[in-house]
Amino acid sequence: MNVTELAERVRRLHPDVVVARGEATVLVDRDVLLAALRAFRDDEELRLDFLSSVTATDWPGRDPRFRVVYELSSTERHHRLRVKVGLPEDDARVPSVTGLFPTANWHERETYDFFGVVFEGHPNLRRILLPEGWEGWPLRKTEELGGVDTRYHGAFIPPVDRRTS
Amino acid sequence: MPVERLEGHQSGRSAEESREEFERGLLMTTIDKAVSWARKQSMWPVTFGLACCAIEMMATGAGDYDLSRWGMELFRASPRQADLMIVAGRVSQKMAPVLRTIYDQMPEPKWVISMGVCASSGGMFTNYAVVQGVDTIVPVDIYVPGCPPKPEMLMYGILRLHEKVRTEGRVK
Repeated sequence: MNVTELAERVRRLHPDVVVARGEATVLVDRDVLLAALRAFRDDEELRLDFLSSVTATDWPGRDPRFRVVYELSSTERHHRLRVKVGLPEDDARVPSVTGLFPTANWHERETYDFFGVVFEGHPNLRRILLPEGWEGWPLRKTEELGGVDTRYHGAFIPPVDRRTS
Repeated sequence: MPVERLEGHQSGRSAEESREEFERGLLMTTIDKAVSWARKQSMWPVTFGLACCAIEMMATGAGDYDLSRWGMELFRASPRQADLMIVAGRVSQKMAPVLRTIYDQMPEPKWVISMGVCASSGGMFTNYAVVQGVDTIVPVDIYVPGCPPKPEMLMYGILRLHEKVRTEGRVK
């Protein structure tokens, strides 16, 4: 199945499909995300049985601000599909897909860790890479670059360019 | 007096000559200097390679550069057997408590070399993930610049540290 046929097949299930640079992307609403992923996984022709990555993108000033991205691939048919879900700034929540793809567990934790997207129904939604107790979501575009201070055991050391001695 | 005792064995020498002989072979020093010298001659580094600087540190310990010239080839895997920590690489925020724990586990007296710009100031990683200078967590004796420093630069830093250990000495 080439990418055009794949897009055609996906379009029958969800209409918002884009093909660019030989890659198919489908945008779905978060209310139907679980049903859509289940349909893509179980469809006889698609057989997208492997979730290779979950991540997010941040577009400040746009609506929706966040896009959560699911990279699906088929171990059987050797094709790929990208699924995107838009999330508004003040309500960055999306249902967890760990029930469909157990591998999503750590991917969703990482996305939560860096973007602050809440995956509802996740069995263990804690920070995974940053230290516990970290404040903020470092991969959001609104986070400051540089000028990092050190907070350690209650001590506060200002950033390098703001140290007096 | 040893001089009198020696007298019988060294026939032909007067007591005065024997005393001179004895004093020529005597070396006077202080405990501080002697112990500092011993410490300097045999430092045991703890392995703390974190990034590419660690590759240069390993090269420093290996055959071409040969740290054993200064009695330092024995990189210890246990901090309890080490008195020098070479922080080789960028320290992530999550690694900071581990680094401090390892430092605390080292017996006194102990020294720290901050190897490379990342360990010294965060280097190019001015971001949320990396500690901006390991001296915010542990006291540092020698900073070695470079990205990464060549083995010669690390060895120079080590020799400067040796000089510091040898001269600062006060035995507690």
